[in-house]
Amino acid sequence: MKKRIGALMAAAAMSAAFAAHAQQPMKQPAAKAPAKATQKATDATTADFEKFRDVLEEDNPAELFEAKGEELWKAKRGPKNVSLAETCDLGLGVGKLKGAYVQLPRYFADVDAVMDAERRIAHCMVTHQGFKAEDLAKKPFSSGNYTPELVSLTTYVAGHSRKMKIAIPQKHPKEKETYQIGKEIFAYRAGPWDFSCSTCHGEDGKRIRTQNLPNLSTPEGAIRAFQGWPGYRMTGGVMHTLQWRMNDCFRQQRFPEPNYVSPSITALLSYMGVNANGQMYKGPGIKR
Amino acid sequence: MKTQKTTLLCAVSLLAAGIAQAGDYRSQAIALIKQDFHPRGIATTDRIHEEGLQAVCNRTSDKPPAAVAERLQKDQFDAIKWPSDGKFMGGDWKKGEKIAQSGQGMAWNNKPSQENGGSCYNCHQIGPKETSFGTLGPSLYQFGKLRGYGEDIQKYVWGKIWNAKATNLCSQMPRMGHSGTLTEKQIKDLVALLMDPNSPVNKE
Ligand code: HEC
Ligand code: HEC
Repeated sequence: MKKRIGALMAAAAMSAAFAAHAQQPMKQPAAKAPAKATQKATDATTADFEKFRDVLEEDNPAELFEAKGEELWKAKRGPKNVSLAETCDLGLGVGKLKGAYVQLPRYFADVDAVMDAERRIAHCMVTHQGFKAEDLAKKPFSSGNYTPELVSLTTYVAGHSRKMKIAIPQKHPKEKETYQIGKEIFAYRAGPWDFSCSTCHGEDGKRIRTQNLPNLSTPEGAIRAFQGWPGYRMTGGVMHTLQWRMNDCFRQQRFPEPNYVSPSITALLSYMGVNANGQMYKGPGIKR
Repeated sequence: MKTQKTTLLCAVSLLAAGIAQAGDYRSQAIALIKQDFHPRGIATTDRIHEEGLQAVCNRTSDKPPAAVAERLQKDQFDAIKWPSDGKFMGGDWKKGEKIAQSGQGMAWNNKPSQENGGSCYNCHQIGPKETSFGTLGPSLYQFGKLRGYGEDIQKYVWGKIWNAKATNLCSQMPRMGHSGTLTEKQIKDLVALLMDPNSPVNKE
C-alpha cells in the first residue's frame, strides 16, 4: 500500500515536472525562443526521465527539481553570462554548497546583512549574473505547471545539506539581532483579525481544522520550519520553498503581502531556524 | 473612582517602563514590517499598524496589567452593537452552520463581493457531524445544553462573537462583528447555531 502511494506520487510529480518543461519554451516570447532553447528543454526532459526512475525508487519528487536547479546553478546565464557555481558565495566560499543550507540565514560581509538561502541566491543572480530583482519578484511561487528558477535553485542548494545538522550561526552581532527581530515579528499582532504568527504557532498540540500547528517557539516545533522544506506539496502538486510558506501564512494572518525575499522573512527564518539548531535536516521533501 | 484612576495611571506607566526595557528589537521589527509589505487585493498596508488594544497585547506578551485590561475591555464592550430588534434568538442555525464552516474573509485572495464566513471550525469543535475542526479555541459542542439557554448566555455569545476582546482582552479569537467581518444577521444565525435547543449542536 505504502509503495503504491509512493509510485502514485512519483507519477504525479513526473507529470508536473514534464508539463513544466513542456511549457517553459512556450512561456518565453516567441521571438526570444529560438530552436536552441527548445532543444535544451528536450534534453532536460530526457534527464528527468532518468531521474524519474530514481524517484520511483526513492519516493522523492524533490529530486526532479534539484536536477533542474543543478542545471541552472552550473549554466552561464544572465546579461553577464556567468554561472552561479563560479560566482555565488552562500557563506562557505564561492560555489561551496555542502552544508551551506543548514547554516543559513547568516551574516554576509559583502552586503553587511543577514540573508537566508533564497534571498542570497536571488542576490547572486542580481549582482553576479545581472538579472533584475523586479523580474525575480514578479512570479516567485510555483503554480500549476510553472516552477520559478529560484525554487529549483533553492531546492538544489538544500539538497547539499541532506542529513546534516542545522547549525545557523549566532556569532555576529547582526545574526543575534536578526534572531531577536524575528522573534518580535513572530509575536506582532495586527490586522483586522488581530493575528500574529504566535496566535497559531505559539502553543503545543493545536490544530487549524485537521492541520497540526507546530509550536515554532520550541525546538520540537521549530524543526518543522526546516524539515521537508523546500517541499513538494501534495496539494496542487508543486514545489514550494519557505518563502512561499511565509507568504501563505501572512495571507492567513490577514496581513498585506510581504515583499519577496525581504529582510522581514529573513528575520522570521532566522528565529525559527535557530530554534531548530542542532537537529538533523533530512533534505528537501514532501509536504501535505 | 479617584483610586481607580490612580491605579490605572500607575499601570500605564509600568507598561511604559516595560516598553523601554524590552529594548529596541521591537521598534526595529516594526520598522522592517513597515518597509517590507505591499498592498494586495483587499489587504491594504494600513493593516500592519497595531491599534491600541493590539499594541497593549503585543507589549505585554498578551498579559496586560489587570487595571489596563479592565479599562480597555470596557471600551470594547461599550462598542458592541446589540441586535437592533432587541432579540438574540430567531436566527437560522442552518445558515449559522454554513457561516461557521466558511473560512472566507479579510484575506488578500478574498473578494469584497464574496460573503465572509466566521472560520469558526478552524478553531472550535461545534456540530456533531463535522470532524475536521481546530483546537485553538474550546469545544462549543452542546454549548447551550451545557451552559443554559437563558438570555444572559445568549447575550454572552452575541458579545463574544461580536467582540471576543470585550471579555478577554488578548483573546486569540478575532473580533468578528467589530472588524466588520460578519453582519448582525450572520451573528444572529451563529447564536442560533450555538443556542437553539433544536440546533444539532445541542440536540444530538
Ligand atoms: C491563522 C493561523 C496561522 C497564522 C497566523 C500563521 N500560520 Fe503558519 N501555518 C498555519 C497553517 C494552517 C499551516 C499548515 C500546517 C500544515 O500544513 O500541516 C502553517 C504552516 C506553517 C509552517 C510550516 C510547518 C510545517 O509543518 O511545514 C511554518 C514554518 C509557519 N506556518 C510559520 C508561520 C509564521 C512565521 C507565521 C507568521 C508570519 C505564521 N506561520 C502565521 C496557520 C497559521
Ligand atoms: C483563531 C481562532 C478562533 C476563531 C476563528 C474563532 N474562535 Fe471562538 N474562541 C477562540 C478562543 C481561543 C476562545 C477562548 C478565549 C476567549 O473566550 O476569548 C474562544 C471562545 C469562544 C466562545 C466562548 C466559549 C466559552 O466557553 O465561553 C464562543 C461562544 C466562541 N468562541 C464562538 C466562536 C464563533 C461562533 C466563531 C466563528 C464566528 C469563533 N468562535 C471563531 C478562538 C477562535
